[in-house]
Amino acid sequence: MAGGNDLKLLGMWASPFVVRVKLALSLKGLSYEYVEEDFSTKSELLLRSNPVHKKVPVLIHHGKPICESSIILQYIDEAFAGTGPSLLPADPYERAIARFWAAYIDDKMLAAWTQATKGKTEEERAEGMKQTLATVATLEGAFRDCSKGKPFFGGDSVGYLDVFLGGLLGWVRAYEKLGVKTFDPEKTPLLVAWAERFWSLEAVEPVMPDVSKLVEFGKMLLARAAAAAAGEGN
Amino acid sequence: MTTEPVKLIGAFGSPFVHRVEVALRLKRVPYELILEEDMANKSQLLLNHNPVHKKVPVLLHGDRAIAESLVIVEYVDEAFHELPLLPADPYERAMARFWARFLEEKCLEPLRTALFADGEAQKASMKEARESLAVVEEQLTLRGRRFLGGDAIGLADIAGGGMLAHWLGVVEEVAGVRVLSDDEEEYPALRRWAAEYRSCEAVKECLPDRGRLLSYFAAIREKCVSVANSMVRR
Repeated sequence: MAGGNDLKLLGMWASPFVVRVKLALSLKGLSYEYVEEDFSTKSELLLRSNPVHKKVPVLIHHGKPICESSIILQYIDEAFAGTGPSLLPADPYERAIARFWAAYIDDKMLAAWTQATKGKTEEERAEGMKQTLATVATLEGAFRDCSKGKPFFGGDSVGYLDVFLGGLLGWVRAYEKLGVKTFDPEKTPLLVAWAERFWSLEAVEPVMPDVSKLVEFGKMLLARAAAAAAGEGN
Repeated sequence: MTTEPVKLIGAFGSPFVHRVEVALRLKRVPYELILEEDMANKSQLLLNHNPVHKKVPVLLHGDRAIAESLVIVEYVDEAFHELPLLPADPYERAMARFWARFLEEKCLEPLRTALFADGEAQKASMKEARESLAVVEEQLTLRGRRFLGGDAIGLADIAGGGMLAHWLGVVEEVAGVRVLSDDEEEYPALRRWAAEYRSCEAVKECLPDRGRLLSYFAAIREKCVSVANSMVRR
């Protein structure tokens, strides 16, 4: 229910970007109305609310739409500064570090991951996997630097980066079942431990997508990509 | 903290370094510009302070190092309180971030391929760039203010102003490709915005000399072509 907050989230159950927003809302204890968008057809409301990108997530607050997961997260933090914990730290430098690594996750890790899973050739996918592992190794170092021995990127409690990377964990687990291992207990032990810890939090667990459903969805997407590649006759 | 010295590691010709210089000048923050002589031979200072990307700009504030131009601009805005670059209202801030990102990802990114690649990829990128510029044109027309940020220059203007108001003309000349024609009737709001951007004192102080910029891009044309083509293959 939108309740007193007048918050509506347009989403799609499998989208890691939508999961990020759900995590943020859950951690801040904010109630909202959730609208599931059909994967193949976009609703009038979505097209009206995000005419530029026509994508989810879109957060609608008092009828005004906000798009892009990183922007929505910062909006939630700022518009509901008095409610629940803050996602971003107060110090400008620490905020810059969080934004830097968030940009890294989306620009470098996700791009590599997409190539690893959806690359058209075996060669492309292998290169994508190589890049993914390199970016994850860098993120292991980032975790060490940001957490400073504490349980989360945000320190003692969950913060912006935990939510940012946390949104991807459903797919990390699903892809593992599909044979693509992103976090390795030997190479990235801190991230493996962090992922377990994060997923089991009370505010997190109920919000995370069903991994077995993601596996099925992933298989469907991979089959579709393979068919498209075959159709192109490369 | 605000009294600690500010240094900016930059390189001639970089529109990303320009963004940070504009932000620092708008906020009246004195800084020392440290220019990389040769980006093919990066200094230890740069490699130490941006080990992840090894790129300029990097801001050094006391013992803090921040990389990624838009992350730096938000840091400067938050660390120094004079003349805010982002509005106070959370929704307006979200809009500013949205347009900054749109300019970066949908206008500037495709321009690289549109200007320097060839064949189908070049055509597709040119189409994307021009369509994105049309979206910005619409937004500028709708809002009817001097800048995307309102009556004063802000984050979104800093994100795209340099490229569109200064760099584009130079790069078009070097690449022998036009994105914007000479027809003043085409994208009138964008042209007005570009003029407003160029008229800002803070911008004038750090806009590189056009002649020098032309020589610089002519010299690195080969590199731009190979970068654009490698982006296409992905």
